[in-house]
Order: sequence, then structure tokens, then C-alpha cells
Amino acid sequence: MSTDKVVRIANGQGFWGDSQMAPIRLVEDGPIDYLTLDYLAEITMSVLQKQKRRKPEAGYATDFVELLKIIMPRCREKNIKILANAGGVNPRACVEAIKNALTEIGISGVKIAMVDGDDLLPQLDALIDGGEPFTNLDTGAPVSDIRQHITSANAYTGAAPLVAALKEGADIIVTGRTADPSLVLAPLLYEFGWAEDDYDKKAAGTIVGHLLECGAQSTGGNFTDWQQVPDFAHIGYPIAEVSADGSFVLTKHEGSGGLVNEDTVASQLLYELGDPENFLSPDCTSDFTSIQLEQVGDNRVRCSGIKGRAPTGSYKVSMSYAKGYRVLGQLAFTGPDAVAKAKLGAEIIFERCAMYGKPIPEADRFVEIFGNAACYKGAVADPVQPTEVLLRVGAKSRDRSQLEILGREIAPLVTAGPIGVTGYAGSRARPTEVIGYWPSLVDKSKVCDRYRVEEI
Amino acid sequence: MAVVKLMEIAIARSGDKGNNSNIGLRARSPEIYEFLRSELSEQRVKAHFKDICFGKVTRYELPNLRAFNFILEQSLGGGGTDTLLMDAQGKVHGLALLHMEVDVPDALLATVNKPA
Repeated sequence: MSTDKVVRIANGQGFWGDSQMAPIRLVEDGPIDYLTLDYLAEITMSVLQKQKRRKPEAGYATDFVELLKIIMPRCREKNIKILANAGGVNPRACVEAIKNALTEIGISGVKIAMVDGDDLLPQLDALIDGGEPFTNLDTGAPVSDIRQHITSANAYTGAAPLVAALKEGADIIVTGRTADPSLVLAPLLYEFGWAEDDYDKKAAGTIVGHLLECGAQSTGGNFTDWQQVPDFAHIGYPIAEVSADGSFVLTKHEGSGGLVNEDTVASQLLYELGDPENFLSPDCTSDFTSIQLEQVGDNRVRCSGIKGRAPTGSYKVSMSYAKGYRVLGQLAFTGPDAVAKAKLGAEIIFERCAMYGKPIPEADRFVEIFGNAACYKGAVADPVQPTEVLLRVGAKSRDRSQLEILGREIAPLVTAGPIGVTGYAGSRARPTEVIGYWPSLVDKSKVCDRYRVEEI
Repeated sequence: MAVVKLMEIAIARSGDKGNNSNIGLRARSPEIYEFLRSELSEQRVKAHFKDICFGKVTRYELPNLRAFNFILEQSLGGGGTDTLLMDAQGKVHGLALLHMEVDVPDALLATVNKPA
């Protein structure tokens, strides 16, 4: 086995809604071997389940199919393999759509793998009756509290089925709720043949995933010293050049915008982190206090020394449930007395709700005066009276009609409230569903994640 | 001694997990890391976020990165779509922490290697 082998893996999307320019630039501007794309935030699964209930062929990230039409020709040319969790709650339909799309643009001879088995919704009753408690990890509350309202339940599964698919020659892999770091770890396990119980290497691959998964946040995006970062428009998304011993260099394409130094890399290491010595993923437990960083060139940071341990016997479960409704509207108030007038505006709106016989309890009301240190509430002194503010006003309720009334009574303030009210154009604020988040665990033995490779 | 904002001696990034946010804070020098180990307690951070964080604050240390990880429980008004806050995912909690004012010995300020 060559110890000089380097595998280049990049992530082209930090979240569904990230810039499409990123994956396009990654496949055009330099060498990469693998491209991953992340489409699934916590609430996405619930949204996709809702789409699938309305249309059986829906429930996956359609943007991925559109992106493939653009980048596939170049990926074929450069032998870049693509892994994406775009399957959502319908990986089957996603694969069918990809087959049609590639055929449309005259591409054949491509192996597409589907990975699923993460969707627990169909067998939730059996799992609960069989003794899986799905207790809320944060609050300790029992799943019976929300049982009738559950809208999605997916296990965060690991790298194994993706590795198997790669061994069968898959060029594109579409998954459901595979854990983000596993999407990146799988190609590394495949390329280097790391052992199933080599947890130090698996932790290294997992940390590569953590550094890549939020796109430009490793390469100068959302960075404290932002004035040091050149050319945000052309910001290069992160690429990890990984070696057989698990060490890697975090970098970006030559000529791209952005910045890679120990500070930008450390910033992303710390993102969405809990207990750093015990970073749990389906494949291993990683120790973030073991990582050593070293700048080894322009926009090149070497990461090494990573240690890991065995994973737990459970998968984390992403479960969401219907939690009533919310409504949110806004109006601009200009000074003098912008803040006082905005507060008065909120009082009027809630009094109107009561006049219809639909009072909203204090605890359910929401008033935020944006422009008056709303985001830094209490943390930063803001003695200067703002010239203008945005009143953000709304409420949460199980009664949708109550929230409809609130939405309707916002615009009337323009002609029936204090002077200096504007910014009312645009549609009336309408109630939308609140999707509750319920983190829990499921025993790994109860989940059958699996894969299938087909060729077009 | 000088009173400076934390951003003069550290960088930060924040993220979310359900109704909790985390703030990763990295000192601009090893000496400042040691200084902050005693200065930047959980209680001090909790007081700074008194109108934002309504649960516990826990601090973890990462000496290899001269950094701390603060978990701010119940700081996102419910999180996800369950919150109406502008900063629903705590994206700017890190920057809010960097505004904290700290009394720093001049010798420590000299260890900072930050571009103007």
C-alpha cells in the first residue's frame, strides 16, 4: 500500500439553500476525487415527509437532480464521485429522477447507489412496542407526550453501506439520513482500507467531515477577522487532502477567494460542538482535544494526532412532530421615539386580538424590536436611540384562527397608529406550522441500513 | 491594565443544537488562553447572556486549540421553527460574547498578533 496516496475530498454544499456556485467551482477549478453535498437540516425531514404525503414521488431534494445535470459531464471527465444525502425520505424516487435526468443529457454507463433503511416512521409502533423508549435526550420527557403528532423519524446511520456501494463501483451515492461525517468518512474508509475498529483513523475521517460539512465556514466564511478574507464572491469551498495515516491538509483551490489558516480551521472545529472529548457519530467517538493544527503553506493547514474510540451502541434519531402554529409579521417605525412607538404598536395589535374574543396569553406573545440590540439582548449596551427600528411581532398557538387575526391586524397600524409606520407592502402574515424537534436514540440492532447499486 | 472587548484577545463562532447554542472561543495567544481560563468562567458568561440564556452554561476546555466551548442551554426560544427570534440559530451569539469587556494586563495585550 502506497503511503504517499492522497485522497482529495470536498464538500460543495453546507445546507440546502447554499450557493450552487460552490459545487460548480469545485468541479471546475482544480483536482478533487470526491464531492459531497449536504441537504438535510433537522426540520428538513419533516418538510419532505409532508411533501411525500401529498405526492408519493416527492420527498427528496430536487435541487440535487438539477445540479447533477450541470456538473455530471465534468465529473465524468475527471472521475469525480459524488455522495449526497439528497434522498431525504424518498431515496428511491431521487434515484429514478437522476436516471431520467442523466439519460436526458445523454449520459450512460454511470453506477448509482441508493442507501436507505434510516426511515423509522413506518415501523415506529413496532419499535416502541418492542421496548425502544425514544425518550427526549434533552428533557427526559417520554415519547408518549408527542406520539400522536410525530411527523418524521430517521436514524442517523453510518458509513458502512456507502463503503460497500463504493466497492461495487458506485459513481453517485444517494442516501437518506446518513450522518454528515459518515458521508465523508466512507470514501476514506474505501480508499485506504482502514479497519473497522481503527477508531483513531475513523475519528480522523469524521473530523474531516466536520470541517467540510458547513462549506465555506472553514475557508473564511462567518469568521471573526472577516476583514482578512479576500474575495468572498469567489470563496473556495474546503478540500481535505487525506493521507493513509489519517492526517490531512485542509485547503481550497488555487486562485479561489477565501482564507485557510489555523484560526479559520479552529473556528469550524468548534462549530456545533458539545463535549469535545466525546464527539459521537455512528462510526466512532472522536476526541476533538487531540487535534493538532499547523499552517504548512498559503491556505494550507495540516491536521494530525487525532484520537478516537468505539462508537456507542445507539444511533441518534432525528424525530420531529407537529407543535401547533406560529405567525410572524413586521413593520418599520421611524423616529423620533421609534422604540416607544414600536412597543405601542405591539400593544395595539394584541389588544385588537382580545377585542375579537381571541386574546393571546402573555407567554405565547412574541415582540422583538430589531435595531434596538435585539440579537445582542442584554449582552451589549446600546445607549444610542435608533433612528428606525423593525417591529417583529407574532405569537404561537394551537388555534390557527387566533393567529390569522393577529396577522390581519398588523397593516392597519399604518393609518390607525402613530406616525412613522411603513414597510407594510408584501403579503399579509399567515400562520405556518411549527415543527418541534425531539432528539432521542435507537438501538443499532433495530435498524437495517442497506444499499443497492444500479447502472444506467 | 486596559479594558478591552473580548474580540481584541479572542475569536469565536457559535452554532445550535435544538434549543441550545454553543460558542467556541479561541484565544489569540497561549498566554491569553491561560488568562481566560480564570477570567471567563461559566458564571461570567451566564451573566453576560442573562436575557438570552435561560438554562445552564457549561464550559469545556480544548488546550490543543487554546479554546473553550461554552454550551448555553435554552438560549434559542425553542430553536428550529419553534422560535420567532431573528437569531433563531444563535449565529451571532459568538459575536455577542466577543463584545464582553475584560480588564487585561498590558503584557498580555502585547502577545496578540492580530492585523489592525
